Amino acid sequence: MSAHPIRMAAIDKSFGPVRANRAASLDVAPGEIHALVGENGAGKSTLMKILGGLIKPDAGTVEVNGRDVTSWSTTDAIAAGVGVVHQHFMLVPTLTVAENVVLGLEPKRGVMFDRARALADVNALIQKTGLIVPADRRIAELSVGEAQRVEILKTLYRGATILILDEPTAVLSPPDVQELWTVLRKLRDDGGTIVLITHRLDEVIDISETITVMRAGATVGRMKTSETTPAEIAKAMVGRDVVLSAPVREAIGKAAATTEHAIAPTGAPVLEVTDLAVNDSRRVRVVDGVTFAIRPGEILGIAGVEGNGQTELVEAIAGLRDILGGSVSVSGRDITHATVKERREAGIAHVPEDRHRRGLILEYSIAENLVLGAQDEFSRRGSLDGARIEEHAREQIGKFDIRPPNPAPAARTLSGGNQQKVVIAREMGRSFTVLLAAQPTRGVDVGAIEFIHRQIREARDTGKAILLVSAELNEVLALSDKVAVMYRGKFAVTLPAHEATPEVFGPYMTGGGSRDAA
Amino acid sequence: MSESLLRRAEEALLPPIVALLIALILGDVLILLFGESPAHVYGRMIEGAWGNSYGFAQVLYKTTTLTFAGLSIALALRAGLFNIGAEGQLAAGAFGAALMGISLPAGTPGVVAVPLCLLAAAAAGLLTGGIPGVLKTKFGAHEVIVTIMLNFIILALLNWLLVEHFRVEETLHTAEISAGAVPRLSEFIPAFHGSAANVTFLFAIAAAVWCWWYLFRTPGGYALRATGLQPEAAEYGGIRVGRVWIKAMALGGTNFVLGYKHYYEDGFTGGSGFLAIAVAIVGRNHPFGVVLAAFFFATLSQGGLAIHALVPKQMVEVLQGIVILAMAASVPEVQRALRNARKAVAA
Repeated sequence: MSAHPIRMAAIDKSFGPVRANRAASLDVAPGEIHALVGENGAGKSTLMKILGGLIKPDAGTVEVNGRDVTSWSTTDAIAAGVGVVHQHFMLVPTLTVAENVVLGLEPKRGVMFDRARALADVNALIQKTGLIVPADRRIAELSVGEAQRVEILKTLYRGATILILDEPTAVLSPPDVQELWTVLRKLRDDGGTIVLITHRLDEVIDISETITVMRAGATVGRMKTSETTPAEIAKAMVGRDVVLSAPVREAIGKAAATTEHAIAPTGAPVLEVTDLAVNDSRRVRVVDGVTFAIRPGEILGIAGVEGNGQTELVEAIAGLRDILGGSVSVSGRDITHATVKERREAGIAHVPEDRHRRGLILEYSIAENLVLGAQDEFSRRGSLDGARIEEHAREQIGKFDIRPPNPAPAARTLSGGNQQKVVIAREMGRSFTVLLAAQPTRGVDVGAIEFIHRQIREARDTGKAILLVSAELNEVLALSDKVAVMYRGKFAVTLPAHEATPEVFGPYMTGGGSRDAA
Repeated sequence: MSESLLRRAEEALLPPIVALLIALILGDVLILLFGESPAHVYGRMIEGAWGNSYGFAQVLYKTTTLTFAGLSIALALRAGLFNIGAEGQLAAGAFGAALMGISLPAGTPGVVAVPLCLLAAAAAGLLTGGIPGVLKTKFGAHEVIVTIMLNFIILALLNWLLVEHFRVEETLHTAEISAGAVPRLSEFIPAFHGSAANVTFLFAIAAAVWCWWYLFRTPGGYALRATGLQPEAAEYGGIRVGRVWIKAMALGGTNFVLGYKHYYEDGFTGGSGFLAIAVAIVGRNHPFGVVLAAFFFATLSQGGLAIHALVPKQMVEVLQGIVILAMAASVPEVQRALRNARKAVAA
């Protein structure tokens, strides 16, 4: 029997007071697709960084193909055939696919870069692996799915036989995911070993042969995919039975969530958007004639592959982007050209899609973040009212279950889920009539998803008008009353929730389907 | 509470102290290369700066200018802007004050004249600092380029104004101001006799306290720091980022100097506006840190005068450079070591 490609045992790793890995282990058999799952902050990425030579463990051993490689460097790891495909692409946008793939190992003729051979080599690799990309195209012209294939080609070009993929599907549309699976299976059949980091249980079931579950830094389970159920995996991940939130519930195969309403949406629309036109930062028209209205107690969900104008649509309504055509009004008041502050006063609450960039000032304390945008209201005679800010923070921390329950630490020190709760607490903990929720559960763990979904449902039940944008189709379907698919800046289709299924939506998300439906 | 205060003080003060030690050691090597004894040279420096009351008063005088300029840079940096224009802003402020002082009738009481001179200096600073702020906000012009270029423009403009309109014949300075002169510190502390140190030193300290209060205790400061840390999050929070930038630059510009010679003289800034960048960085953009750093660089500069006989006077400038580099390199290291040490204690 050949040695296991990866064998990590009793790995300990601390960052300051945080123990990222405690006695973690990972055992990957030859020629398998192995899923590494766990909540945010469970220690998956740390474990993979140790494997890739980016950081060194405090204790424990790492073996690759039977060789003890504990504390090796990234150079050693690459030489030994371990390749990591990161969640964030590391490509040079102005260079071509072939140039990016060979970067650092360029074929040369004399001292000159041998462009023709680079192209030929890369094309051969593309043929062999089935990772179809135009090799002479610049990265900047590629779609996200294509860029990811280039990342994989890059590691394979360096001779990787052990491939680690960190959340590879986060940015892909459903057809792209299927294509990725095909490629991964082919790589496995050709003798490769693949470790897939993910927290989407449906994918785990779909693609993996073996699963390792991590929780709070430790390995808590290792099972054959064929012998387990999503419920079991979820329980191992969280350490308790959870009332699973929609995406997970869907994955588990229960009946799709129904939107049980306390009150039916009634009355005149609160948020009205008419024929909206918005450009992105490169001055390309990315929202092109979008019209919709949301009534009190109603959730409009927007699905679609990311990058089809959803970000700009929300930012335009929130006042962060110039509106070049059309109008936006809240409760009958035109806010098309109002400032962010005026819009907030008009009743808009906004959970932005990127909490690290927009949602939080990471160096500010929890208490300070909880008054962002309202700092003027929390001051007295020109000075910030520290006592009132702290009192307000304690109240919100209790109400929104932010942990640790302490107003003083910087937002940077919180876990992703708790950071998101701070944003949610600030936006939903004050009075508002319209909620713009962009990717409200992105990158947070199952427990936090559950909590945030409950908050959104409660807001709906108290008569708020909610615009929900999510890359998670299941989330959109589980929460919304009406679902729209956005494609290339337009609503490709709008349907009532009960008619909306992934099968109906799939084609619209990639530009198929009939444009003028509903 | 007191423990966290102690911890914060430790984190704020220890890194510069370590940087200083590193700089001193590197300085030792240099001094040895010149065949002198480090102990002797350092001794003379300390003696020259702090060992006699005249020297110490001169240190205070230099601290004053560096504090004002350092605060203007620190404020802008807190808003995420690199203000290289302190040199020009200082000159413009001083010129404004001088013009006001000259045009006031002689015998105007100090309580009226001094605030008016300060206002004139502030207005000049507001103008010179506000220009880059507006250009950045309206046209996206990078403030580093604009402030560098404005230095040339302002200094040349002041030179022209001075030479063509305001100078006293055969000199390169304006007439003496007829009102608004502030007393020298030597009037209260006779030992300071002969030094240019004056009451504006107290204004500098007051300005530092005001900056601290503004930055950390007001909604305006909250918005300013938020803009500097994460402009996109600040914008999301309804903060008008562009306005904050204009305000930050203008506020920086209002830091003024009301002088010791009681007239404006061409070239009086002598690079203080640039040294002030180091002051702001070594002071870690904290108003009180700026005062300490200004005091430190003023000491180096004054102490440097005392060692000319022993080593080349450029030695002091090299030492300044080393301190800045040591600061930049050692701060994160020392902070990490501090945290590790704390962890070891806790474990």
